[in-house]
Amino acid sequence: MKLAVTSQGTSLASPLDPRFGRCEHFVIIDADTEEFEAFSNESVMASGGAGSQSAQFLANKDVEAVVTGNVGPNAAMALEAAGIKVYRMGSGTVKDALDAFRAGTLEAISGPTVGSHHGMGGRRRGGRR
Amino acid sequence: MIISIASGKGGTGKTTVAVNLALALEGTMPIHFLDCDVEEPNAHLFLYPEIKHSETVNLPVPVVDESKCDGCGKCAEVCAFNAILAFKSQTIVLPELCHGCGGCTLLCPRGAITESPKEIGEVETGRAGKIKFSHGRLKIGSALAPPLVNAVRKTAHGRGPDSGLVIVDAPPGTSCPVVASIKGSNYCVLVTEPTPFGLNDLMLAVDLVRELDIPCGVVINRAGLGDDTVSSYCSSEGIPILLEIPYDRKYAECYARGGRLVEDFPELRDALCGLWRKIAESSGADRDGTARRREMAEI
Repeated sequence: MKLAVTSQGTSLASPLDPRFGRCEHFVIIDADTEEFEAFSNESVMASGGAGSQSAQFLANKDVEAVVTGNVGPNAAMALEAAGIKVYRMGSGTVKDALDAFRAGTLEAISGPTVGSHHGMGGRRRGGRR
Repeated sequence: MIISIASGKGGTGKTTVAVNLALALEGTMPIHFLDCDVEEPNAHLFLYPEIKHSETVNLPVPVVDESKCDGCGKCAEVCAFNAILAFKSQTIVLPELCHGCGGCTLLCPRGAITESPKEIGEVETGRAGKIKFSHGRLKIGSALAPPLVNAVRKTAHGRGPDSGLVIVDAPPGTSCPVVASIKGSNYCVLVTEPTPFGLNDLMLAVDLVRELDIPCGVVINRAGLGDDTVSSYCSSEGIPILLEIPYDRKYAECYARGGRLVEDFPELRDALCGLWRKIAESSGADRDGTARRREMAEI
C-alpha cells in the first residue's frame, strides 16, 4: 500500500514536516517495497485551500494513509472523504515514520488537530485580508 | 467621476477625509458616497444616513448531483481556489473557499453541477441629506469581501463624469477588497500619517495604484506628529501632497463624538474644498474646478 509522509526534504532521512497542507514535500512510499518518490508541495504558496488541495493531490496518487503532524479542518474533512487514513507523529525522519507505521504504533486521528491557517507560519498576512 | 480614498495603513483617516469631502461638496453637485469597507463599515457613524433599501448579496456556489457525477475530476482541476475536490467515492464542495466564478459548472462534461446561492452579506442604500449613500455589511463568518464590494459599487453604476461625483471609502491594506474598491477610479487619494508605519504602508499603496494606473495624491493626516519622511518620499516620487490636516486634539474630540469636522471647523471645510479643486485639476477635469463643479451640478 502507498503511504505518504509530510517531509522537509526529499529522502527517507529527511525530517518530518509537522504541517500537512503547507508541508514542503510529500514523500510517497510503497510500504511493502520501500520504494519511494518525493513531490514538492504545490500548495505551499496557495492563498487558501492548501489542506484540501494537498488531500486531492494524495488521492490522485492513490495514497491510502498519511503520516503528518497536524491537519486543519478542511484537510481533515477532505482526507476523510478521500478515504485516506491519518496518523500523527511529533518528530523524526521519514524512515522513522515508515517504521512506526509498519509497527502499528502511530496514533490514528480523525478530525482536525489545529484550526484554519495554522500552517501559514508567524508571517501574518497583512492582518485583514 | 469616481474618487476613491485608500490608505495602506489602517486608522490614518480615510473615512474622516471621505466623509468630510462629501459634506464639504454637498449641494454643489450630485454625490454618491460608497463605504466599500464591507468588513468594518463606519462612514454611517458620521453621515447618519436614512437607509431606505436593503438587499442580500449571494454568491453562486456549486452543488454536485452525485447521480450524474462520474468522478472525472475536471471541476477540481479547473478550480483555482481548491474549493471543489473530486475523489473516487465522491465530489465535495468547500463553500467557504468558493469564489463563485462558475468555472466548474461550465466545464462539467456531465452537467452534474448546478449553483445555489450562498449569502455573503447585504448592501444598504439610503440618503444622508443631499448625499446618496450605500454601504455593504459582510456576513459574519464570510471571508470573501470582493463580491460584496462589487455589489456596493454597482449601486453607483451609471454615475460617471457627466452625472456627479462618486466618493469611495476603501478598506485599509492593499489586497483584493481594496483592488475591488478602487479599480476604475478617476483618482485615488491616499491618506497617511507621518510615521514609519504610515510611510511603509503608503509605499505599498502607491505600488498598487500605479499597477492599476490610477492617478494619486496624498493627504497627510496628523501632520506635525512623527517625522518628515513621508514628505520626502512624496517629493522624490513626484506624488503631490494635496492636503495636510494638523495633529490637533480638537479634531480627535470631534471625531470621537461622531461629529463632522467641516461643520465644526471652517478652516477644514476650506481645506477639503481645496482638496477637491486639486483633484479635479490633476485628474484631467477642467482647469477651473469651480466651472467643472457647476457643470456637474447642472446635470
